[in-house]
Amino acid sequence: MIRPARLLALVPALWLGAFVLLPGLIILKISLSSAATAQPPYLPVLDWSAGLEGWSSFLEALDFTNFETLLSDTLYRDAALSSLALAGLATLILALIGTPIAHAMARAPERAQPLLVALVIVPFWTSFLIRIYAWIAILKPEGLLSGALLRLGLVDRPLEVLGTQGAILIGLTYAYLPFMVLPLYAVMARLDPHLREAAADLGASPARVFWSVTLPLARLGLMAGALLCFVPMVGEFIIPDLLGGSDTLMLGRVLWSEFFSNRDWPLASAVAILMLALLVVPMVLLRDSGARPGEAGR
Amino acid sequence: MGDTGSVPRLGLEGVTKRFGDGVAVADVSLALAAGEFFCLLGPSGCGKSTLLRLIAGFETPSTGLIRVDGLDLAGLPPHRRPVNMMFQSYALFPHKTVAGNIAYGLDGLSRTDRSARVKTLLARVRLENFEDRRIETLSGGQRQRVALARALAREPGVLLLDEPLGALDRGLREETQGELRALQRRLGTTFVMVTHDPGEAMALADRIGVMDRGRLVQVGDAATLYERPATRFVAGLLGDVNLIPGRITGRDGEWIVVETGFGPLRASASESAPGEGEAATLALRPERIGMDASEGPAGTITEVTYLGVRVRSQVRMNDGTLLRVSTPAASHAFGLQARDLHGPGDTIRLDLAPEACRILPP
Amino acid sequence: MSVFGRLSLSLGLAFLYGPIFVLVAYSFNASALVTVWGGFSTRWYGVLFADGPLLAAATVSLHVGVAAAALATLFGTFAALALDRGGRFPGRPVFGGLLYVPMVMPEVVTGLALLLLFVGTGFERGLVTLVVAHATLGLGFVAVIVGARLKGIDRALEEAAADLGAGPLRVFATVTLPLIAPAVAAGFLLAFTLSLDDLVIASFVTGPGATTLPMRLYSQVRLGVNPEINAASTLLVGGVTTIVLTASWLSARPARSSVKSV
Repeated sequence: MIRPARLLALVPALWLGAFVLLPGLIILKISLSSAATAQPPYLPVLDWSAGLEGWSSFLEALDFTNFETLLSDTLYRDAALSSLALAGLATLILALIGTPIAHAMARAPERAQPLLVALVIVPFWTSFLIRIYAWIAILKPEGLLSGALLRLGLVDRPLEVLGTQGAILIGLTYAYLPFMVLPLYAVMARLDPHLREAAADLGASPARVFWSVTLPLARLGLMAGALLCFVPMVGEFIIPDLLGGSDTLMLGRVLWSEFFSNRDWPLASAVAILMLALLVVPMVLLRDSGARPGEAGR
Repeated sequence: MGDTGSVPRLGLEGVTKRFGDGVAVADVSLALAAGEFFCLLGPSGCGKSTLLRLIAGFETPSTGLIRVDGLDLAGLPPHRRPVNMMFQSYALFPHKTVAGNIAYGLDGLSRTDRSARVKTLLARVRLENFEDRRIETLSGGQRQRVALARALAREPGVLLLDEPLGALDRGLREETQGELRALQRRLGTTFVMVTHDPGEAMALADRIGVMDRGRLVQVGDAATLYERPATRFVAGLLGDVNLIPGRITGRDGEWIVVETGFGPLRASASESAPGEGEAATLALRPERIGMDASEGPAGTITEVTYLGVRVRSQVRMNDGTLLRVSTPAASHAFGLQARDLHGPGDTIRLDLAPEACRILPP
Repeated sequence: MSVFGRLSLSLGLAFLYGPIFVLVAYSFNASALVTVWGGFSTRWYGVLFADGPLLAAATVSLHVGVAAAALATLFGTFAALALDRGGRFPGRPVFGGLLYVPMVMPEVVTGLALLLLFVGTGFERGLVTLVVAHATLGLGFVAVIVGARLKGIDRALEEAAADLGAGPLRVFATVTLPLIAPAVAAGFLLAFTLSLDDLVIASFVTGPGATTLPMRLYSQVRLGVNPEINAASTLLVGGVTTIVLTASWLSARPARSSVKSV
């Protein structure tokens, strides 16, 4: 009825065009720029006044060296592979521990459920940096975990967890648990309880009810949760930086150091494009799964 | 009612609404007099609600004219139309009190006039002193009455009601029907009510318009629609009916003779009846069929169901056609033994009076 | 609930809250050594409140957060209204897609892309670029939250208002806006929290003199565990918890009982 509403799109559309679309194009362009000119202006520069000729010289001068570097240098290949592997492994762990938690939340007394949801949301919105920082004190060799295990006599020398891939996995699991639990819970809580009762009535044990009814019906939530975790984990910077060792490379961290330490902006842009190429399929799936990160929180 | 010659309160002329490829409302023309209670009756998806929304201005007709007291409503947005609507969901503003809801359309009035008007309206729907109640604290029936009061606040020339009783329990529903009818009489407002419940339409309306797949197939009072339905659809919508296929073979005085599977029957024609030699449908209300006739087509009783007020029997005619017959149950109460009643297996003759048989298009 | 259910829930919550609890507990540790309990003390809070650069960074974060959240809320609400009420307009799918991009894009990419834009256009980096970046980040989240609320509103409410004589603006002001207000407020708080929490994007787009709280904390954290940071973290956790509980309370209330008075 109130069609003027579409005019309201104009302001946010211009904003998004300027601060999402345009930067996207720029990063693509700079990833194809010469690595030699690490600081702006980059080469080549598109000369608008030269018209078509400007375009052709611009296209000719495009430089794929950055991508050749990415593909030939094992550093980047390893970083990409280890990003995908760590994110994938963490997603699997999250699915395994998130499902029982979400299931228990959905089965909890109705009055307790809003509180449980709030309890899962709160850490999720609590400063990411601080929550990861908290693990340093726990995981470092003279930290709480190591100390406790030493005192219990389970280990005989301080544990070297901090700086390993294990620490990164713990950090990823910890930081992204709510991403997994909330969409799963949302789906499980909406399931018609009569379906479970019908299955039980037909002789299914609680375990069989879960495997044959609840889980298949909740698979969309599981899929949404998995994507919601996987996508940002691949690009994660803070967790590998604070918990991982110097030998553990993830793409987010590589991009960061190419940019801040090596000041190679074109190569950093190429890493960003590589990351997007790896993530475009899960990101599209994520959008179509209907799970909006906004609904789950962060 | 029906003061002919003057301009109708609500007039529709060839109103059509297309959505994409489909037609929701097809070429509907209608004229309602001031003070008339009109029901649009039909199953869900027949276009009756769309027609209501066209009148209210929430949809724009693809073609056709809508007039109120001769004023063409085309191009008038909903908030400028001299009609008001009572929504199926009631659409009461959850963030406003009862008084806030009712006074919403009264922003032209002064503060004191407005609260006086709200008081009057609340009294009218028997909700005195409910002004400051929150909507969420009201029962379904109370909400229904607030919605009615709100829709009446601007004293519309035509009040549109979209299934106004649909959300109420059965008992409350019948009670509310009476109130609604009385209120409409008292106010003299033209009501256009949408319902899918034939009983409700028959109980409330001066005239009923039956809609089928976007078309207004018949308009008339309850008795006309029940006794003289124009189509099989109308006949079936208003009550149980036996529909028997046949062919028109000739005339017998004022009656038309129809050949059916179990022999020829005399029947009265409807305006839309087919001509001689053509296929037709005979409509027979179960309660108009007499049992134990001395002559007439024979059949075998296959089933007897005692329903309290009436007894329903199913009779298999000699060609296999099944007819439902409904007879008063009163006689059963007067000391008759079960063996004196007809039971399954009994052979009887049926009295199929020509007045009870109506010829409809096939 | 089954024993297994109880166990999963307890362990899950312990896992989520354990590290935070450790952090809070050690912020009251008298000892400077993180692993040695030296008795209860609030001395680190004293140190914290005497830490000029940290307080300055907190001020920057608050300013940026409020400005960015305000912009994100305004534009995000516009976007939600256009998507929900604007019908099919040209460019709608692209618009919806762009809205979604900052929400799923890895932060390092968003940060780098925005920085390259600011450098390329000669935009001076500082508070303004921080606000722009964080508003862009928060916009989509606000649009999603407000959009969900809009979708939940019975259209008949707005039609009823129009039917009762209210023009489009009055319908919006007296019916639509009051009904989406809790979601708009929740969207603002979430956009603010996002801004307050962001380290990665801010590190890219900031300029000299505009150090946010997470940036300051990060530079300290890199040097190791430090009780003053524990104290700062405790305050931050407390503040964010309050905001989040308020926001989820606001957005979780059903539409029917949304606005208590009027």
